[in-house]
Amino acid sequence: MPKSLKVEGTIRYDGQNLVGLAPGLHRRIRGSRIGMVFQEPMAALNPVMKVGKQIEEVFRFHNVPGPYDDRIVALLASMGLPEPELLRHAYPFRLSGGQRQRVMIAMALALDPDLLIADEPTTALDVTTQKQILSLLKAAQDERHMAIMLITHDFGVVADVGDEVAVMQEGRIVERGSVREVLHNPQHDYTRTLLAAVPDLSPRPARAASAAPPLLTATDVTKTYKGRAGLFAPRREVQAVKGVSLKLARGETVGIVGESGSGKSTFARIVVRLLKADSGEVRLEGVPGNLLALDHRQLAPVRRRVQMVFQDPFASLNPRRTVFEIVAQGLLAHGVDRRTARKRVDELLDLVALDPSAAERYPNAFSGGQRQRIGIARALALEPDVIVADEPVSALDVSIQARVLELFASIQARLGIGLLFITHDLRVAAQICDHVAVMRNGAVVEEGESAQVLFDPAHEYTRLLIDSIPGLGKLPTKRAVAPAATDAPER
Amino acid sequence: MRHLGFVAGWVVKAFVVVLAITILNFFLIRMAPGDPAIVLAGEAGAADEQFMAQVRQDFGLDKPLPVQLAAYVGNVLTLDLGQSYRAQRPVVDMLFERLPATLLLTGTAYLFALIVGPLLGALAAMRSRTVFDSALMVVALFFYATPIFWVGLLLILVFSVNLGWLPPFGMQSLIPVSGTLNHVLDVARHLVLPALTLGLFYVAVYVRLTRASMLETASLDYVKTARAKGLPEWRVATAHILRTALLPIITFAGLQAGHLVGGAVVVETVFAWPGIGRLAFDALFQRDYNLLLGVFLLSALMVVFFNMLTDIFLRIADPRIGGNS
Repeated sequence: MPKSLKVEGTIRYDGQNLVGLAPGLHRRIRGSRIGMVFQEPMAALNPVMKVGKQIEEVFRFHNVPGPYDDRIVALLASMGLPEPELLRHAYPFRLSGGQRQRVMIAMALALDPDLLIADEPTTALDVTTQKQILSLLKAAQDERHMAIMLITHDFGVVADVGDEVAVMQEGRIVERGSVREVLHNPQHDYTRTLLAAVPDLSPRPARAASAAPPLLTATDVTKTYKGRAGLFAPRREVQAVKGVSLKLARGETVGIVGESGSGKSTFARIVVRLLKADSGEVRLEGVPGNLLALDHRQLAPVRRRVQMVFQDPFASLNPRRTVFEIVAQGLLAHGVDRRTARKRVDELLDLVALDPSAAERYPNAFSGGQRQRIGIARALALEPDVIVADEPVSALDVSIQARVLELFASIQARLGIGLLFITHDLRVAAQICDHVAVMRNGAVVEEGESAQVLFDPAHEYTRLLIDSIPGLGKLPTKRAVAPAATDAPER
Repeated sequence: MRHLGFVAGWVVKAFVVVLAITILNFFLIRMAPGDPAIVLAGEAGAADEQFMAQVRQDFGLDKPLPVQLAAYVGNVLTLDLGQSYRAQRPVVDMLFERLPATLLLTGTAYLFALIVGPLLGALAAMRSRTVFDSALMVVALFFYATPIFWVGLLLILVFSVNLGWLPPFGMQSLIPVSGTLNHVLDVARHLVLPALTLGLFYVAVYVRLTRASMLETASLDYVKTARAKGLPEWRVATAHILRTALLPIITFAGLQAGHLVGGAVVVETVFAWPGIGRLAFDALFQRDYNLLLGVFLLSALMVVFFNMLTDIFLRIADPRIGGNS
C-alpha cells in the first residue's frame, strides 16, 4: 500500500481491527484467513517461479509443517487442472489464462481461508472460461463455508454468483441490499444508470437492406503465423485465419464475435492492410482488383476509405500530440490545408460530442470514453466508407460503453458507413450489429442476421457462447427498469 | 540439455561475426594516414625512399591490399597473428604478456562494481525517497557523468599527491620488493586507484539500474500477490522482487564483461598500467598494424564470447526466454 494512502475507520475481522494492525500480525492473517485473487492472471503470478513453488510458499511461510508435495498436487487437482503432478513444475507462461487463474485460486484457498477477496477475477478471461471459473469459486465456497467478497463491474456476474451487493460510486457505497432487490428494484440513480447501460440481449431489426450491392467483400482470407525457426528447432505455425468470407453493405454493421485466439483481430488487421494475408481476396466498391494485392502506391488513395478504431484508447493515441494533430493528421497528409483541416476537426469533434476546445489539449487530459471518441473522430476525418472497429468498447466502463455504442449508431445512420465491429461481448454485438459472424480457431462457424444467430443459434459453439454470458436471464431487461434520464456529461 | 542447440547455432554465428569484424578492422586501420615505414623513418630521424621501400617490402606492405587481407585472414584462421613491426616479436606473445595485468585491473573493477552496485541499488530501492536514497543517487550521478580520466586524476591528486597513501602510477614499485607476500601487497596497493576509478563508473551504472529495475518490479501485480499470500517482507524482496529485477543487471554485466580487455584504455593510460589498453594505444600511434589488429581481435572475441555467456545465463535465469523447445 502506498505510504501516501491514509486509512481511517475500522475493519473488523473476527473481532480484530485490521486498520493499524501491526504488519507482522496482519501478515499472518493474509493468505491464511483471508485469501485474495486478482484480475490479471497473466500478471499476478511470478513469471520466473514454478507454479508449485508459488503455492508451496503459502504453506511454508504460514508455518505449516511439510512435506507439501501431496497437498499441492491435491489442491491443483481440486481446481480441475490437468495433470497436476506435471503442472506444478511448469512456469506460469506455459499456462492459459484460465489455468493461471485456477492456480491463483488454488493459492488463495491453500489454507482454507474464511474469506476470499476476488478482485475482478474473471474480467480478463474469455466468456466460456469465465463461466467455469465462477462455478469453481461457487463450488469451493460451498465446500468450505467460506465468504467471498467479489469485486466486479459486471452486473451479469453479480446476478450469477452474488447474494448481497453493494454499489460504489466515487469512493462511497451508494446502495446495498440483496442482489434480487437491487437488480429489480434499484433505489439509487447511479444504480439505475448502470443497469440501464448493460446492453440487452434482445433481437434488433436488421436495418440495411441486404439487397444493396456489398461495399466490402472478403473471400477466403487466410493467414498463418510462422514462428521463427531456430537453427535446430522446427518452425511453429499457427493458422490464425482460415478461409474467412464476409460481406458488408453501406450503412450496415457486421459483427465478428469470438474468444481470444479466434482470429477476429487478425482478420480485422488484414482488412485494413496492417497485416498481410497469405491468400484470399478483399474487394472494395470502386476499387478495381483485390485490395490485398495492391502495392503501396496503389494502396495510398484507398487507405483513407478504410479506417480503424482500436481497442485501447490509452495506447492508441500519441500522448505527445494535441487532439487537433491526431485528428487532422490524415487530412494534412492527404494535402488538405491547415485552415480547412481546422474547420473539419471542429466539425468532427462536434460530431463525436466533444467540445471544440478539446483540439488544443493532449490525450492525457481525457477519460477513456472521451479518448475513444477522439479515436473515432480521427477515423472519421477522411470520410471513410468502411470503419473497422476492433473491440472499441471493451476497455470502457459499462455506462461509457453505452454512450460510445450510441455514437457509433448515430454516426453510421448519418454517414452511411459500413462498420465492421469486432467484439467478444455478445450483448454488445446484439445491440449494434445487423449481421454477426461467429469465429472460432480462425474459422467462421456461424454467420447470419443477428436476431437469428444470437437468438436461434444453429452451431453448438454459438450456443455455448450464449450460455456462458453471465447473468443471462437474471438481469432485468430495459423495459423493466425505468431508464434514468441522467445524461450528465461523463468525466 | 536444452541449451546445447542454442550454443551450437551460436558458435556458427559467432564465427561469421568475428570474421566480419576482422575484415572490417583490417580496412579501418588502413584508412588512418601513414604506415609503419613512415613512423620508423620518422623515428630514425631521416630515411630515404629506398629504406622505406625496403621496410614495406619486409613487412609485405607493398603488395595489393586484397592480397594482404587474404594473407592476414589466412594467418588468423591458423591462430597466427603475425609479428609486431616495431617490437619484432610475435603479437600473440605480446598479448599474453599484457593480458594478466589488464584482467587483474578490469576483473577487480568488475567484481567491485558487481558486488557494490546492485547492493547499494537494492538498498536505495527499498528506502526510495529517503535522504539515503537521494544522496546515493546524487553520488551515483556524479560518477556516471564525470569522465573516467578526470575521476582518475582527482583520485591521484587526493590519495597520492596530498595524502600520500597510495602510489599514483605503475603496477609495482620501481625498486623490486623481496618476498612473494610483499610483492602481492605491492601490486595490490598499486591496483587500488585504477580499479576504483574504473569501478566507480560501473558502480554508478549498477546502482541506477538496480534501483530502477527493483522499483519497477515492486509495482508489478505478482508482488502484490506475494504480499497477499502473507509472505514476510524479506521474502517478498528477495524471492519475488530481486529475482526478476536482476535480469537487466545480468544483461548489463554481460555487456561489461565483454569490455574486460578493451575497456580500460583510458584508465591504463592515466595510471601507466602495463596492460593491453596501453599496448593498443601505443600500437595505434606507431601504426603497428598487426599488433593493433591482434588487440582488436582479442577484444572482439571477448565481447562475442561474453555475449553468449550472458544469453545462456539469461536463459537459465528467465525460463520465458527460449522456452519454446
